[in-house]
Amino acid sequence: MAIESDVLVVGGGISGVTSAVAAARNGADVRLISHKKTTLRQASGLVDGLGYVPGRSQSTDREGSPSQKRRDFREFRDNRSEYWGPLITPFDGIDSLPDGHPYSVLGADALRSGLSLFDDLVGDSYLGGHTEKNALVPTFGGTVKPTARYPRAAAAGIASDNRSMLVAGFRSFTDFDARMVADNLEAAGVPFEVTGAEIAFADLFPADAEVTRFAKALDHDERIDGTPARQALADAVSPHVGDAERVGFPALLGDDNADEVRAELEERLGAAVFEIPTGPPSLPGLRLEDRLYAALDAEGVKYETGCPVVGYETAAGTPSRVETVLVDRSGQEIPYSASAFVLATGGFVGKGLDSDRDRVFEPVFDCHVPQPPDRYDWFVDDAFGDHPYARFGVNPDATMRPLDADGDPEFTNLYAAGSAVGGADVAREKSASGVSLATGAVAGRAAAAAIDDLNLELGTTEI
Amino acid sequence: MPHSIVVIGGGATGTGTARDLAMRGFNVTLVERGNLTEGTTGRTHGHLHSGARYAVSDQESAVDCMQENRILRDIAGHCIEDTGGLFVQLEGDPDEYFEKKLEDCEECGIPTEVISGEEARRREPYLSANVERAIWVPDGAIDPFRLCVANAADAVDHGATVETHAEVVDVLVDDGSVTGVEIERHGPTYLGKGSEGDIETLQADYVVSATGAWAGQLAEMAGIELKMSISKGAMVVTNVRQLDTVINRCLPKGEGDTIIPHETTVLLGANDDPVDDPDNYPEEQREVDMMIDIAAEMVPVVADARMIRAYWGVRPLYDPDPRSTTDPGDVTRNYFILDHAERDSVEGFASVVGGKLTTYREMSESVADHVCEAFGVDATCRTHEKPLPGSTDPSALDDRMDEFDLRSPIARRSRQRLGDRAPEVLDIDGANPTICACEGVSRAEIQDAIGRVGANLNGVRLQTRASMGNCQGGFCTHRLGAELYLDHERGAARDEIDRLYQERWKGQRHTLWGEQLSQAMLNHMLHATTMNHDADPAVFDDEIDYGAYDSGVAAEGSHGD
Ligand SMILES: Cc1cc2nc3c(=O)[nH]c(=O)nc-3n(C[C@H](O)[C@H](O)[C@H](O)COP(=O)(O)OP(=O)(O)OC[C@H]3O[C@@H](n4cnc5c(N)ncnc54)[C@H](O)[C@@H]3O)c2cc1C
Ligand SMILES: Cc1cc2nc3c(=O)[nH]c(=O)nc-3n(C[C@H](O)[C@H](O)[C@H](O)COP(=O)(O)OP(=O)(O)OC[C@H]3O[C@@H](n4cnc5c(N)ncnc54)[C@H](O)[C@@H]3O)c2cc1C
Repeated sequence: MAIESDVLVVGGGISGVTSAVAAARNGADVRLISHKKTTLRQASGLVDGLGYVPGRSQSTDREGSPSQKRRDFREFRDNRSEYWGPLITPFDGIDSLPDGHPYSVLGADALRSGLSLFDDLVGDSYLGGHTEKNALVPTFGGTVKPTARYPRAAAAGIASDNRSMLVAGFRSFTDFDARMVADNLEAAGVPFEVTGAEIAFADLFPADAEVTRFAKALDHDERIDGTPARQALADAVSPHVGDAERVGFPALLGDDNADEVRAELEERLGAAVFEIPTGPPSLPGLRLEDRLYAALDAEGVKYETGCPVVGYETAAGTPSRVETVLVDRSGQEIPYSASAFVLATGGFVGKGLDSDRDRVFEPVFDCHVPQPPDRYDWFVDDAFGDHPYARFGVNPDATMRPLDADGDPEFTNLYAAGSAVGGADVAREKSASGVSLATGAVAGRAAAAAIDDLNLELGTTEI
Repeated sequence: MPHSIVVIGGGATGTGTARDLAMRGFNVTLVERGNLTEGTTGRTHGHLHSGARYAVSDQESAVDCMQENRILRDIAGHCIEDTGGLFVQLEGDPDEYFEKKLEDCEECGIPTEVISGEEARRREPYLSANVERAIWVPDGAIDPFRLCVANAADAVDHGATVETHAEVVDVLVDDGSVTGVEIERHGPTYLGKGSEGDIETLQADYVVSATGAWAGQLAEMAGIELKMSISKGAMVVTNVRQLDTVINRCLPKGEGDTIIPHETTVLLGANDDPVDDPDNYPEEQREVDMMIDIAAEMVPVVADARMIRAYWGVRPLYDPDPRSTTDPGDVTRNYFILDHAERDSVEGFASVVGGKLTTYREMSESVADHVCEAFGVDATCRTHEKPLPGSTDPSALDDRMDEFDLRSPIARRSRQRLGDRAPEVLDIDGANPTICACEGVSRAEIQDAIGRVGANLNGVRLQTRASMGNCQGGFCTHRLGAELYLDHERGAARDEIDRLYQERWKGQRHTLWGEQLSQAMLNHMLHATTMNHDADPAVFDDEIDYGAYDSGVAAEGSHGD
């Protein structure tokens, strides 16, 4: 007997959670199945809406094979196709996006509703919802980037705030050098004084300790050489604070008790304290993941993680309708049936897209993924150029149903959301989570609506 | 006053020649347009030939290879991995050739052992079930980067000067004699000397062109016609080491049929296709596919292995008799010293062309002999008996590694890379965290490399292997930049990060499918999304009106909504 629900969401990233909640709020009984938890572990925890839009003409920078020609990196920089930005609000740019972009397909209101759903789910742990404007936040690469929502822990770092800033780094934590970040921020023209200092605090931990190890020590205020960790950290930083009104750290200031850790540091340093998100493993990402999963519980969505969906079945006689998906639970394939399904398996990173030497494909339902036939046309020669691969994904209609090569829905009851959807270079646009939220909100709603349609349909056939 | 010699080319041949001449008392300046190993040497397959490959077709090269193979094991132990090699016969491969290979190896003095297919698979379990038998030969793997660095370092210890990022733009000829070269700097040398755009003249009593595939261009600067028969070859890099032995196919005409274990990876290669311009030739998809398909016949698992990048090199071959050669694969692997006085009536100038990485030392010795002869200097070569720096007894260091705060697998790797320089390099103040996790490279090694090559992350990469693993720099390019930030000009770190990131992309493009495409996407997300590396306003001189964006102020104190 198959396990049943109205809507079954495949994939538990930000887009999966969003579609699950959207469907649940529209009255559906929802279940979510995910293989790994999410790529949020790698993500910065910032929620981007839209920060840059590509110029109308997208360049491919090569004809024929790549070659050995010696090309200076500056040549790439100088010829990089134009992206306009940073946009003051995400909504300024939507009209100028290319046709196949999910925001073009769904319209600005989809992003608005995705963002407001997000605001509702995460409560006061995130800021930015008070305005439609983008915030410019410092990045660990030493510049600023536009984002729509930011964790409270990052709030004091906003670049459109004139307070003087100290960036603190740890010698044994190699993601960035604080002095380099400070100098680069200055070079980016920020409207405040900024200095950097590298401190030895983290040297007290074993070499190559993970950020989670630091976070735990601060969470529990463990003693380090006899001194409580928070005090030890404050003591190490204080001599560098000077006139700075705010102090930025790599994002490792606690996990479960992060607010408390920040508050104590602020008191001890006499300055506001914020985090600069870094690379994987990313605490702000993990914290967001916790929030989202707590929200799933609150919304009554049942979920299972650790088990991949490995295939699907259609009902006899209706090949255009997905009846069940097969879930691999410790080697056994268990059928899960539902009236509607949401494909939220992510892109290449989440494994919602895969490829071999010949083609790119969507592994669960084998939905059509538009792509140039020649592998050498999947990329361009500038590492940050207009890579076709960065836009790969399924091609949806206005209700987020993936379309086949002829432009017809692959299945009548399958919807898609998040990075599994193509058409956007979310990295260069700074639109990743925004696309997940907008597509998730629409896909979830549409999936819930489809059950009503289905009931109607079944009702009529019975008579 | 010793005679002054300019050696052009920072590959194995040039650095080896600089070392030899410096040891013989000459006043040597080595000039290289990029980093050391920038040319073919940095793009070889890394096969320390036993000569078996050439035993049937090119016996002179085979004999040279075997002789140099023995010498390099003595003088450059830390650059060599004694993997041994197998020539495998697959079902259907001709018996006659197998027998001929055995006979000819014996003739060339190359030790062999014939083993059964089962025995071959016992040694290398991933070998195909179709391997019927194999010939074991003393092949090995050689690290060209460490080799060149060791040669250059020893040259410097013997008084030579090394000018990197200095391109020879003219060979100065006065009245039928070469008097020196004119260089244009593309940036400061590894010691920080000079800057981009500087033009300088280096006077010399004699100029040696060890510019390999570029030798024709250099000769032309002196008005000499020299036609090279250069050919390209592709190599594809897997992400794990499926094998510990060099594998060759035992077939008469082998293209792309050698598999070489190298550090954490295995290198598949290489085809042989003639090209015209060593700086501009197509890198083709069919070549990448061919390397994988051919290797998979011998080792089927490579068909589904994760490939992390592909790279190409150009063979610096010279064909003394082009009319009689019909197939590019048949161009001799021999080397030639072209004395331009004799050949072209231009005094004080010689080119050394052809050969293999394996025979670089012998080539260097010959050209150094030639220079001695030209000046009537009586000094004998000692490069075959004096070990290169770093090569003596690396194992004695085991006990000392803990002192340097290195995790043990990393300690082991560092020790292999550094040889007897390990204690000196790893002894730094403060924390010694890992900077490149894929290849296990710690701060101390990076700092040491920066000390040697300056603000030049590609140079650091070549010395340490940082950024050469699975993630291809996605997770460490920025960390490497941060390491050189402090002691260098503002902006240098940012440029170096960009330069290395682009360089790493260049090779990955060719293996963008499967896991490596997923990795590329993850790198793209980390650099473009999280860091905004692609649109940094500081780089593009964009003026941002910070006041126009969310100032966060309204958010202050508004706890929730
Ligand atoms: C390095 C990095 C940095 C980022 N930084 C930012 C940022 O600064 N701002 C921003 O807005 N966004 C950022 N993001 C993007 C964001 O975190 C999400 O990756 C993006 O929004 C896509 O989310 P998703 O839910 O579609 O996919 P994912 O998060 O990839 O989730 C897909 C889920 O589906 C599961 N899955 C896949 N296949 C199956 C299957 N067959 N069966 C069951 N489950 C399956 C996966 O295990 C995974 O849990 C970043 C991402 C990365 C990787
Ligand atoms: C695909 C391939 C695989 C190979 N595999 C092997 C192998 O497995 N084993 C083996 O033994 N051999 C192998 N070889 C051969 C071997 O790599 C070469 O023979 C050897 O590296 C040549 O070294 P070199 O120093 O003579 O030339 P290079 O290393 O090319 O050195 C010449 C240098 O001159 C510099 N230069 C050029 N013009 C100028 C200028 N104007 N001013 C200043 N400098 C200049 C270049 O930048 C370059 O660094 C292979 C070659 C190829 C192409």
